Amino acid sequence: MSELAQVGVLPERNPVAVRSPRHSGIVRITHWVNFLVFLALLTSGVAILLAHPRLYWGETGAFGRPALIELPLPLNLDQSGWGRSLHFLAAWLCVLNGAVYLVYGMTSHHFKTHMLPDRAEIAFSPILKKISDAVHWRKPSEEQTTYNVLQRITYLTVVFALFPLMIVTGLAMSPAVTAAIPMIVEIFGGHQSARTIHFFVTNLLVLFLILHVAMVRLAGFWNRTRPMITGRGAGATESI
Amino acid sequence: MSHSLTRRRFITGAIAASVTATASGAAAVLARRHGLVPPDYGGLFGAGETLTYAAHRVLLYRQPLAREFRRDQISENFPAINTTFPEGDLYRQDVLSGFREWRLTVDGLVARPSELTLAQLKSYPSRTQITQHVCEQGWSAIAEWTGVPLSTVLNAVGILPEAKYVFFNCIDGWWDSLDMADAFHPQTLLAYAMNGRDLPIAHGAPVRLRVERQLGYKNLKYISSLTVTNTSKEWGKGQGAQGAENGYSWYAGI
Repeated sequence: MSELAQVGVLPERNPVAVRSPRHSGIVRITHWVNFLVFLALLTSGVAILLAHPRLYWGETGAFGRPALIELPLPLNLDQSGWGRSLHFLAAWLCVLNGAVYLVYGMTSHHFKTHMLPDRAEIAFSPILKKISDAVHWRKPSEEQTTYNVLQRITYLTVVFALFPLMIVTGLAMSPAVTAAIPMIVEIFGGHQSARTIHFFVTNLLVLFLILHVAMVRLAGFWNRTRPMITGRGAGATESI
Repeated sequence: MSHSLTRRRFITGAIAASVTATASGAAAVLARRHGLVPPDYGGLFGAGETLTYAAHRVLLYRQPLAREFRRDQISENFPAINTTFPEGDLYRQDVLSGFREWRLTVDGLVARPSELTLAQLKSYPSRTQITQHVCEQGWSAIAEWTGVPLSTVLNAVGILPEAKYVFFNCIDGWWDSLDMADAFHPQTLLAYAMNGRDLPIAHGAPVRLRVERQLGYKNLKYISSLTVTNTSKEWGKGQGAQGAENGYSWYAGI
């Protein structure tokens, strides 16, 4: 597959390029697997959280001790059995799917080409302009052939900071994993701290999901979603 | 061009699929042979349970100790949940007599089936550890536990080579099991003291299990007997634990 096609640069007069995938097969598959797995993790995570909707800082915390935050959620002790089983099954799928994506991203230069912003792009005003456009719900006017700087920074944060942090704080709550690798929980300041960070990073990921879908909608929902499913744009008349 | 691409893709796909299938098959055979498959491997979530259990058995191959804490980290408030006073006259009488009539029955695949008194358990060399109890609900608390390592009792009764699980029965009717890796782990205790005093009734008197590398619900209270077996099939639905039949993983190292 030529670099041109992978980048998704689709000159209108080139019929071959028009039929070429805008997103590679691996990116499309891992994107949707990750989407489903994230929904499963989120649902089951809430089911687990309802068994004790209080957050603490440090090693320990329980009813009868002061909480850092008492979440305004109903206490429900009956959902954590399936919740836990689904959570860990989905977590395995998330990790395996993520591993496939990472290996692909590194070997195919996907990260280098599409995710790393140009040095020149990392400047205050263009980033601010992108944010301002989004806030004012201005449809991107330029033909988008690859990710803009704001997307790049956001995706890099999600892939290389938020998801890894979810996995590490998750493992930090395991009494077995922390026996083998005590540092994994010590760096967070204790078991309950890791649990609290796990919760807040979840919130950031949900926020990302909401903004991501909003931006896709702004740019044209089907024009952006179709290429992520079929790999192709809307057709020869579609310039993106 | 698109023709050869399709064919190449098909062949690559077919090779990838058969390699994956062969590797999974080989992994399944190896996992079974090395005891990396938990009793509750079946069902919708079985794949997740098995991956976690197998990964932990490899990760914990050298039997590292669960984290231990300082005395000043002991929690002032250690919740007691589930059974906090077993029903029935027998237990009430045991409490009144200071558990003089209580016996720990040890049977199954052992050379010398035994009935041990509390005094006998206390006569073995003890171990004291300050550990964190992590409840599946989300809370956690630190306490000091003193008891006899389960390995000491198992060695005293002489377990047979084919042993694979230790099953526990409790006064309140609960039952569960451990594999040999956790049964023989140095921190796995039949604990009879908490924070320097006799184990409180709400925390499982006279003897509870401490299995520090798993969640709270594996740390059974009110132990009455243990049975060494080479199969999980003969207990309940064969999933190794009453908790597993209620939807909670048999292996809770998470």
